[in-house]
Amino acid sequence: MWTFSCPLIVYGDYALEYIAQIQGKKAFIVTDKTIVKLGLAKLLTDQLDAVNIKWKIFDEIEPEPSLATVKKGGVAVGKYQPDWVIGLGGGSCIDAAKAIIILLVQPDLEPDCIVASDTYNFRAKARLMAIPTTSGTGAEATWAIVLTDAENKRKIGLGTTECTPDVAILDPVMVESMPPQITADTGMDVICQAIEGYVSTWGTSITEGPGLIAARQALEYLPRAYKDGNDLEARKEMQNAAILAGLSFGNSMAGLGHSTGHALGAMYHLPHGRTVGLFLPYTMEYLINGSEETMTRYAEIARYCGVASGSDEDCARALIARIRALSKEIDQPLSVGDCDIDKSQYDESIPALVDRALNEVMTITVTRVPGEEDLGKIFRYAYDGKSIDF
Amino acid sequence: MVRFGTQEWYDTYMSEINNSKAYEEAAKTWEGDFYFITEKGGPVKEPIYGYVDLYHGKCRKAEVVTDRKKYSPEFIISAPYHIWKRICLKQLDSTQALITKQSRLMTGSRGTMAKIMRYTKAANELTNITAKIPTEWLD
Repeated sequence: MWTFSCPLIVYGDYALEYIAQIQGKKAFIVTDKTIVKLGLAKLLTDQLDAVNIKWKIFDEIEPEPSLATVKKGGVAVGKYQPDWVIGLGGGSCIDAAKAIIILLVQPDLEPDCIVASDTYNFRAKARLMAIPTTSGTGAEATWAIVLTDAENKRKIGLGTTECTPDVAILDPVMVESMPPQITADTGMDVICQAIEGYVSTWGTSITEGPGLIAARQALEYLPRAYKDGNDLEARKEMQNAAILAGLSFGNSMAGLGHSTGHALGAMYHLPHGRTVGLFLPYTMEYLINGSEETMTRYAEIARYCGVASGSDEDCARALIARIRALSKEIDQPLSVGDCDIDKSQYDESIPALVDRALNEVMTITVTRVPGEEDLGKIFRYAYDGKSIDF
Repeated sequence: MVRFGTQEWYDTYMSEINNSKAYEEAAKTWEGDFYFITEKGGPVKEPIYGYVDLYHGKCRKAEVVTDRKKYSPEFIISAPYHIWKRICLKQLDSTQALITKQSRLMTGSRGTMAKIMRYTKAANELTNITAKIPTEWLD
């Protein structure tokens, strides 16, 4: 038995006007101060005001939200007792909203005790909406909750399938002011999720479709969205690609690019999309070198996206080259060294990076599962920008 | 062949864990104990409580108990017999079983998900070990 979770997806111009159709009395908005400052929260609250839904904003979500912040949000939501919880922002805000809505029904629960096998029945009290302001994490389509254990500098993957939002609203107005750097970081996340979702050992033909389309759209439209934020066609296609990638990897599993990228991001406080995008080509090379099955899958993506034709190996390696070229085109780092991380400090941290990556589920959902030695080498090669030759 | 859910099965499990270099490496810093509960139903007339104490890559104790109150482990994983069988035979991934709520993970008063999530590799090795046990199934 396996499941495919998916919210009602409301998308396109004026999608935010869907708010007029929801039933409810009080909405609790989980967001951050930047979203409020940019006026994006007001776009939402204007819609809520128009249909006489009261609202309260909790704007304390930080990038890579901590367990403590979520706990604080849980106290606030408990006092407010809404019938909607709305995650408004990037993946951090949406993931925090997923955890906070569970605390609405289980206020004494520690966020790191949210268990995939448990049922929380939060819909007896409130429903969950996600309104992304970036096009990347796919959090609006997934049940996963990534929080940060600040004490141990570690990301924790939590969640239950119940946490898939009821509604995801993709309105281009929410992403048109996204700065180029965030467009690039989050866009690389889309590509990573799409490709890893497609090749995941937990994937099926149900998850392959969205992954494949997401990869094609992101490879085509990310450079355009990066170069010209006012290119609304590119913005909309990246929103679509992001949610499709979320549906793919969220219903299968991400892979090694994510587990290694997560480790680097947590240790060095780098954006999620930037780090997973950085590691994607290295981990693809690692898989190609040891798994014909995955090499064939990469080749399928390459052919579908019009990247290359020919043998499986030629196509798979052309896809990697395309990803590296795209990273360069949108000014993303190609190596860990490009991230201004001191080499001696990095070398010292490799055992901790390996330990973190080794213990991510995403490390075991690939066809070639690395051990400590290979992971250590992947981290070392990635610092120098050296292609994986083992 | 050892019959599933018996003390003999758990003795074999303990022995296999203690012979596994891969598990030892993956769990070298793990300290924590479990109940693996096979729920009543089908060929299982009464719940089977398997207590397993894991410490620094080794298994210190593996015991089938009749009184659940005998131990108070950090973690409890509970599933029907047919689900355990699929997990042990590697027909079903143990994490996928949890996600689809075919099995349940409960943390005791000392356990947190954050702790167990740091040992995915070790958990995977534990499943690999069960697949090696020549098991006589109950059905």
